[in-house]
Parts: sequence; C-alpha cells; structure tokens
Amino acid sequence: MKLTKKEQALLDGKHGLGLKKAIEILVALGQIYGAKEMVAVTSAQIAGVSYKNIGDPGLEFLRDWADQNARVHIPAFMNPAGIDRQLWRQLGFPEEFAQKQLEIIEALKRMGVRATLTCTPYHIGIVPQKGEHIAWSESSAVCYANSVLGARTNREGGPSALAAAFCGRTPRFGLHLHENRLATHRVLVNCQLKSSADFGLLGYVVGKKIGNGVPFFHGIDLPADETARIVCLKALGAAMAASGAVALYHIEDFTPEAISYGERMIKQNAAVIEIQYLEDARIVLNQQGNQIDLVTLGCPHASLEELRVIAEMIGQRQLKKPLWIATSAIVREDARANGWLEIIERAGGKVLADTCMVVAPLEEMGIKYIATNSAKAATYLPSHQAAVVRYGTTEQCVQAAINGHF
Amino acid sequence: MSILTGRVIFSGKARGKVVKSDLPISFFGAVDQKTGIIKEPRHPLQGQSIAGKILVFPHAKGSTVGSYILYALKKNNVAPAGMILEQCETIVAVGAIISEIPTVDQVAIDRFQTGDVVRIDEGEIKIEKKSDC
Repeated sequence: MKLTKKEQALLDGKHGLGLKKAIEILVALGQIYGAKEMVAVTSAQIAGVSYKNIGDPGLEFLRDWADQNARVHIPAFMNPAGIDRQLWRQLGFPEEFAQKQLEIIEALKRMGVRATLTCTPYHIGIVPQKGEHIAWSESSAVCYANSVLGARTNREGGPSALAAAFCGRTPRFGLHLHENRLATHRVLVNCQLKSSADFGLLGYVVGKKIGNGVPFFHGIDLPADETARIVCLKALGAAMAASGAVALYHIEDFTPEAISYGERMIKQNAAVIEIQYLEDARIVLNQQGNQIDLVTLGCPHASLEELRVIAEMIGQRQLKKPLWIATSAIVREDARANGWLEIIERAGGKVLADTCMVVAPLEEMGIKYIATNSAKAATYLPSHQAAVVRYGTTEQCVQAAINGHF
Repeated sequence: MSILTGRVIFSGKARGKVVKSDLPISFFGAVDQKTGIIKEPRHPLQGQSIAGKILVFPHAKGSTVGSYILYALKKNNVAPAGMILEQCETIVAVGAIISEIPTVDQVAIDRFQTGDVVRIDEGEIKIEKKSDC
C-alpha cells in the first residue's frame, strides 16, 4: 500500500502512540481488502457506543486510547448509546449500566467526538454530498448515506471509524471505488408498498436474499411527499442492512447514481429477483399474541416530521401502554419547540433521545413484549433483547399503545 | 523443521504451543475474558485455554465486539501470544492491533496441530517441535 509522507509519519509513531495505532488499523484493513492508497474522508460516524454492546472491554479500550491523546481531526459523531442522558432515572434504567454508559460517552468526548448519539445524523444537518468520501459505521446510516445521498462509505466498525476520524483518512477499497458500487442484483418489485412498514418488509426480504450485494430496484412507487419518502427509504435501507449486510442500493430514476448512470450502474451479469408479495416476511417479523409491554418507534431515529405525524395520530387521547419514540436530542428539542413533544408526553408517551430499543437494556428492565414499526428492530429484538415482537405500521403501533394491546 | 510464510496483520515475534481450531471462533460470547478459556458449548476447543498460546484457526465469526474481547484478554494477561489464520477479517485484525498480538494470515492451517511448538517472526512461521499426540 502506498502511503504519503504524512501517513508514514503517523505509522512511524511521530504523532504519538494513539495515532500510530489508528493508522495501523487503517493500513491493516487496506492490506486485507487490497487498497492501493488512502482516501481523505470528511466526517466519521462512530458506532460501538452502547455499554450493552461493547461492555467493560470496550470502555477500557476507549479510555486507554483517549489517555494516549488520540484526538479527531475531522467532524466525528457518536451513534446511539444505551441510555437517554436526561431521562434514564425516570425511565428506570439500571444505575450501574448508566454510569458505565456515561463513562464511555466521556471517553469519546475527550477524543473530540460529538455526543450527537444518533443513527440518523442526516436528520440533524450532517448531510454529506454526492461523491463525498466518509467513514460511517451505523449500518442504516451507511446505507442511507451511500444510497440516498450518494456519498461513499464502507461499513466501518467502531475502532476503524475512530481511526479514520483521527487520521482523516480511510483505505480506498470497497464502496469508495465506483466499480464496487455497481448493482449485483436487479430487483423487480411487483407488489404495492402502502406504508413505511411495507418498505421495511421489502428490505427484510431483499437483505435476506442478497446478503451484502447491491440491489437496483425497478418498480418502486415512492410517496410523492418528501418527508414520507425519506421515512420509507430509511426503513428500506435499515431493514436490508439488518437482515443482510446491504450497504448501498439504487432505485431507478431516483437515487443519485441511478440518475447519473442509469442502467450502466448495473453489472452485466446481475442476477434478477422478483418480489411479488411480502406476507411471508410479515409472518416472520410479526410474532403471535396481542400482549405488549412497550410500543417503540424511531428505529432508525425519528425525524421531526415523524414526531409530528405521531403527535397528530395521538391527538387528545391517553395511552394505556408505554410508547417510546427514539430520536436525537436535537430533534427532541425541535419537537418541543413545535408543541409536538407536549402532545406525546401529555398522552403518557416518552420521546427518548441518545438511545434506542436495540441498544438500551430492555431485557434487564423486564420488558418482553414489544410492538414496533421497524423491520430492523423486529429483526434484532428477539435475539438482542429476547423480546417477543409485533410488527405493524406506525398507525397500528400508536393505536396499540392507545388500546393497550396489539 | 518447516518454515511457512504469511501476511503480517500485526507485526512482532511470538513463541508458544499451538491451540488449533478447525472451526471459526467468535470471541464475543465464546471466550471467557478473565481466564481465556473457550466456553462456547460444543465448540471443539470448549474448556481449553488460549492464554499464552499460538491460536491457529481459519477465521473469526460473530459480533465486531470480538475485537474488544481480544483487548480484554490482553488486559487480563490471558491473550494468545500470537495468532495464525487462513483468512483474517476485520474483527481479528482490529483486535490484534489494539491488543498488540503478533498475527499472520494467509497460512495453510492444516500444517499445524494442537501441541506443536511454533515461533512467529513477522510473516515467518517456524514449527519447532511437532506434537507427539
């Protein structure tokens, strides 16, 4: 791998042990994947923040790296943590878990990573442009940035995204190269997608079928309304990234690279898949029974518009079961300013910032029966949280919180 | 004595007895962080310690948190002395670097068996003593 003078100096340890370790990680990844050089990245999004996921070994590693004076050189943002920093006591999160979580956030802050604690940085103004190289690591954010925004990132792990943030670089391989962004599968969608939950089901099916391939969708009818469209695209990508390892998709006549290159964005020998119905996937994700302990929305993190829609669905009614909507602190404050937070809270719902149902210690809190509108959450909750999941549209989920059963 | 060469993932020297698995290893959930003993039920290495050994295996599987588990093993002084793989992916690569465990991949692991004594010197591997068993 060809290194610049600056990169070689980092490798020689001239900028300290912390940065030496960082460039070692990047060089090793470059070697493994056959990169010829590094590419400059403009932002990094750091996963591996929740104490539930990384535990004491992760905390210790991050603390040690911070002690070695490693500091970020490009804008870097944290993925969701395991607690809402404001509400964790009120919500009954375990004290010891919360303390460890706060220590992880503190260690990352010392390294200069901003405590955005969100999986949808594009909802808080972090919007890379088409062709921009970035190093993001949350799987749904990666999928959205690559596909909808046309930026270029691989699926980074927590330490490799941090290493990229320290060095301002990442090895040029995978989705940083145009040839690897060509579609491996044509997906002909021959069924109606009536809600964002249906987009989630489509994503679940396609992710299962193609693993880490790149789909090019034909026949998807996107909502005309821009905010509704974003919700659907977010759900589609998140589900494919959870049931498979899809990091990039194209939609005919819509996504930036499909517009620029048309069918030239599809590999010559691409496989063809036809999707005619989604009911099998619905049966897998939507488990039996109508009992619920919790209704949870916002996976990936809700936008301001989604909070408005949910507030309007609730209106003046009271909730019989807890409803948690996950978002970033910035979006929660915007929802407060617009009066939507008050509507949700008056009904008995909670808007959680900084965390989500996948990385919060729900299992430890005795929460078992969970309803959600997220195919990503419905994929992970049974294994990560030993939960029994009901899957439905946003409206069905809000209604379930109002009725007390699904 | 035979000499094999591979690709350096994390440089350095190491010497020790081989513990070999023909199946992939998931560090997250499969290895006890405090003792270095493989605890995954039905894994061929279940009950064996990897502490101070040269761990030979095809590749890792499972959660990326595995990198941090290698770090925890190192901090608890029960990390492998070195690692030899067929194909190193990111979990082990990152784990090896942050834990400073000499690691080499692109090596035919059928040349090794548990109990061999092996020396790693950068990308070069010498089998010093074949296992008797």
